[in-house]
Parts: sequence; C-alpha cells; structure tokens
Amino acid sequence: MSGHNESILREPLITGKDITYAQITDDILLPVENKPNKAWWIGFILSLCGATLWVVAVSYTFWFGIGSWGLNKTVGWAWDITGFVWWVGIGHAGTLISAVLLLFRQNWRNSINRSAEAMTIFAVICAATYVVSHMGRPWLAYWVLPLPNQFGSLWVNFNSPLVWDMFAISTYFSVSLLFWYTGLLPDIATIRDRAVGMRKKVYTILSFGWTGSVKTWQRFEAVSLILAGISTPLVLSVHTIVSMDFATSVIPGWHTTIFPPYFVAGAIFSGFAMVLTLLLVARKVLGLENYITMFHIESMNKIIILTGSIVGVAYLTEFFIAWYSGSEYEQYAFINRSTGPYWWAYWMMMTCNVISPQLLWFKKIRTSIAATWILSIVVNIGMWFERFVIIVTSLHRDFLPSSWAMFYPTWVDVSVFVGSIGLFFTLFLLFLRVLPSIAIAEVKLLLKSASEQAKLELIKEGHLDKEQVQEYIESLEKFDSVKQEEYAKI
Amino acid sequence: MSNIKYILGSFGDPDEMMHGIEKLQENNIKIHDVYTPMPIHGIEAKLGVKRSRLDIAAFFFGITGTLTMLTGVYLATVVDWPINIGGKTHFALPDFIPITFELTILFCAFGLVGSYYASTHLFPGRAPRVMDLRATNDRFIIAIDAKANAEHEKIDELLKGAGALEVKYNERKYVSYE
Repeated sequence: MSGHNESILREPLITGKDITYAQITDDILLPVENKPNKAWWIGFILSLCGATLWVVAVSYTFWFGIGSWGLNKTVGWAWDITGFVWWVGIGHAGTLISAVLLLFRQNWRNSINRSAEAMTIFAVICAATYVVSHMGRPWLAYWVLPLPNQFGSLWVNFNSPLVWDMFAISTYFSVSLLFWYTGLLPDIATIRDRAVGMRKKVYTILSFGWTGSVKTWQRFEAVSLILAGISTPLVLSVHTIVSMDFATSVIPGWHTTIFPPYFVAGAIFSGFAMVLTLLLVARKVLGLENYITMFHIESMNKIIILTGSIVGVAYLTEFFIAWYSGSEYEQYAFINRSTGPYWWAYWMMMTCNVISPQLLWFKKIRTSIAATWILSIVVNIGMWFERFVIIVTSLHRDFLPSSWAMFYPTWVDVSVFVGSIGLFFTLFLLFLRVLPSIAIAEVKLLLKSASEQAKLELIKEGHLDKEQVQEYIESLEKFDSVKQEEYAKI
Repeated sequence: MSNIKYILGSFGDPDEMMHGIEKLQENNIKIHDVYTPMPIHGIEAKLGVKRSRLDIAAFFFGITGTLTMLTGVYLATVVDWPINIGGKTHFALPDFIPITFELTILFCAFGLVGSYYASTHLFPGRAPRVMDLRATNDRFIIAIDAKANAEHEKIDELLKGAGALEVKYNERKYVSYE
C-alpha cells in the first residue's frame, strides 16, 4: 500500500521538493493544456517536411511500382525490409517496458511506459507501411489475410513465415494499441475533468466514461497484469517470427538457428536506444526532469549494455559457427561480409553496436545526458546497418558468380526511409500535445514511497542506518534534478 | 428532509482516506463508492469488492483463439484445398504453432479488454458519472448515500476526524451532467 516505506537504498523515482498529487497532474499536463512552445513547432515543422517526403515517395512507388527502387535480380530484398525490421525492432522497447517490467515489478517503468508504448505503436505503423508498399499492388494487400474468396477458395500459404509475420505484426499492433489505450483511460479522464467547452466534449468521448471507482480500478489492475502476461511472450514471438523470414530460407548467412534470440536482443537494444533518443529531448523540452530522472536514464543504459553485448556475442557466434560448420558457402558469406565490397557496412555495424556501447560501462558516460543521447543515436545507426548487412550481403553474391551484383538505392528508397522517420516524429510530437506523455495515475502511486521528498522525510526522522543513508546520499550525486546542497547539511 | 443526495468526504491523502473508511465502517455507515485518482491497494478487501473473474474469462478467450486457428488451418489445408508439398503431411502442425499462438493472444486480449469494458460500463461517448471533479486529479473521495444514512452530523464528524479536507453535500448525484 502507499503508506509503506521503501528501503532507503533504493534511488528515488520522483525528485524535487513539495511535489503533491496536484503538482504531478499540472506538470504532466502542461504541454497538453497549453499552447506549444517554439521548440515543439520547430520539431513539428521539420518532421512534417519528412512526413511529406514520405507521402511523395510512397505515392511514387504506388504509381510507378517497385521498379523505382534500387532492387535487381540478385538483390531482390534490400532497403525496404531493412527499414521494416529496423522499425519493428524499435517498437519492441515499448511493450518490454510496459509488460516485462510490470511483471518484474520494476517501478521505474511507471514514468516511461506511456511514451514508450506510443513509440511502439508509431514504429509499427512505419514498419507496416513498408509491408504494404513493397507489395507492388498495395490495393490487394488484403490478400495476405486468409479470407474466403472466389478463386475456388484458394488459401494463403500457412507454411510461409511471411504469413506468420502478417499474423504476428497485426496481433502485436492491435494488442499494443489495446494495452496503451486502456492504460490511458484514467489519464484522459483527468484531462476531461479539468477541461471546458469543446475540449471537454472530445475528451469525454475518449475517456469512455471513466470515473475511478473502486471496482473499475481493481478490474483495471487485473486487466493490466493479464495483458502484461500475454504481451511478454507476444513481444518475444514477434521478432522471433521476423527473424524466421530469413532463418527458414536456405540462403547462407540467413539459414541459422541463432536468429530468433539474436533478433530479439537486437530489437530490445535498438528500442531502448530510441526511447532514450526521444525521452532525453522530451524531458528537457517539456520540463519533466523530476519524473524521468537520472535513475531512469542509467537503468535504460544498463539494459543497452546488456542487450548490446548479447548482440555482440551473437555476431561472434555466427562467425565461429560459419567456420566450424565446414560449409564453404557459409564461410564465404561471412568472409565476404567482413572483407568484401560491403566491408564498411559490416564494420560500421560492429563499431556502433558492439564497441561503442561498451563505453556505457563507465558510470561517468552512463550518467551523462549528452553522451547517452549521442550513443543512443549511434546504436540506432548501427542497428540499421546490422539489418542491411544481414540482408544485402547475404544476397548480393549468390551461388552463381555470373549473377553477382551490388545494390544501389534510388532516391525513392532513401526518401521512403528518411520520410518514415519524419512520419514517426510527426506522430510522436502530436501525441505529446494531445495525450499525457507520462502515466499520471501510475506516477502518483510512487509519490508516497519512492519519491525524494518521502525519503528525505525518513532521513530527517533519523531512525535509519547511518551507512545506508550515506550510500543513498552518494547515489543522489549523479541526479541533475536534485538540489545537492539540501544534503550537504545532513 | 433536505434535498441532499450524497455526502462526499474529500481527502488529500490515500492513507487518511483508508482511515476514514475504517471509521465509517466501525459506525455501521454504508459507503456507496470510493473514487480515487490512482489504484489503492487493499481497498477492495475493505469494501468487500469480490475478486475479479476476468482472468478466467481471459483463459477461455485464449483457448477459443487456439481452437479457431487450428480448426481454420485444418479446414483450409486438409479439407478444402490439400496441397502436396514434397509428400509431406497436409496438417504440418509445427508450422502452424506461431500463428496459433498469435491468434490465442489476439483473442485473449480482445476478449479480456472487451469484457472489462462491458463489465465496468466503459465505452466511447458514455456520459461520465462523476461525483467530484477532483477525484481524477488530487482528491480521494468517499461517497455516502445521504438518504440511507440519516446521521449527517455524525458522518461529517467522522470524516473530518479521519482527516477529510472538506465534506460536501451534493444535491445532485453526478456533477458531470449539464
């Protein structure tokens, strides 16, 4: 219950003095209830330009067909699936934070889950658009569904990983959306009860009539827990199935059993990097330093080192197994990756994903906002290259040397990708304006036990172990939102 | 008799509100409902709210998904249009595990959330039945039916004694209605 005291050894999840329940509501709803500032407009206009580019490039693809992409007979899958896997991977952090961390009772998820889940939904939208636009005849996209039809009822091929992928991605998207929206209901009700006029009407419809009565809350918690329980295997299955798009083929470099765990770790790795990229900026611009603290940033960085190292081990294992298998095709695929014409992509991937994240072992770097932000972008670049390397280098030199080729992207390829980033940021910035970017109700739960002020109160009462208090005060030094002079006296 | 329909004890602290519930129950005053801006753990036991059966429903929705996919795939690949793929069995079960799993999750999630919305009467556009507009912000509200509990002064005293910041006497049940 809220009255319990938390161990003083745990770092605070809410910093700042005189935070009240009303203060939390005011702070979080600040961007929703007020006109946007200049930083938001600049970001929004830039993103909108990107989104426009995306519309142009995708429309061009629809009109002229996928011949407008740089694909050739040898490399029939390149930039599009790279972008698809990259976006789906980024989407994984949201569900991981909201579901897996809920099951593990990691309270620090409470202030980052909402925006991470929103990010998941927008990333999956970006990924899904690649699926539709690569079809050539996108108006027939519904053919991937097993619908009764007039071709003598010809069914989709249920043995194909591409069909499994359609099931996985659409389930993932819709379940994430449900989870996100159900969690949003109490917070939308908070906006509703403070709004007037037209805004009130809109948020009334969106709030589904939420009142916060005992029974609704009790059922709400039961639903959240069950949804977390089913989303956990779901999130692992989604990237497993994405990896099977490759792993079930017989192409050297793709045909490996290590792919599912390797892809899942990579997805979490890139997802957390994207969460950091977005939240470090949002925290600053929206003034949410008291809710997204250095502890959150450091925890996410620790997950990045862990998953980055798993990815590193997977790269080395792949290489070792290629040699150990004795299969010369497999061996050539890997020698070609690291020393062939795409060596630069391979080493870009190695540097960005394996070497540079190791810097996060240093506490100074892990708790530096600037360094974390740069590293998070480096990781995302690295993860894009990882998919490019796996896809293009495995295809471009096939079994017949006469058909060996290189892949060169056209302006359409590049524009679809750059544009999808614009689309993603447009959606994210709109989200920040219309919905609370932090789960208000869940953060309120932490106020009485895990906040800096509650802990300071405990210290002042003076019944705590002196050594533990000392350790706690030392742990606060890295926080940029804590006034250190408060603790100098103690 | 007055026109007061509901007495609302408005607390600023969840622990004080819990204390208020205890006080009222000791004096046999029936609580209509409690509205809070966040979930309060342990409150359902105090107010006698029964354990949710949504988990049982979720299980059966999930199983329905599993069976739907297995039946659907069987009908498509064995009954309706069997295809000979290298002489392999038509119903290649390992291949169908990923999609069966996905449909299990899909049915479970939609069934669960649908039942939750139905059982707690949540749907788009429903008129919110709010007794105090601050219950979604910073106040923890205990609502007591004023007609059924006549001793208004005693209720007032008990609520304030437990730490209520204010006690409201509402002549309308829901303030959110125009």
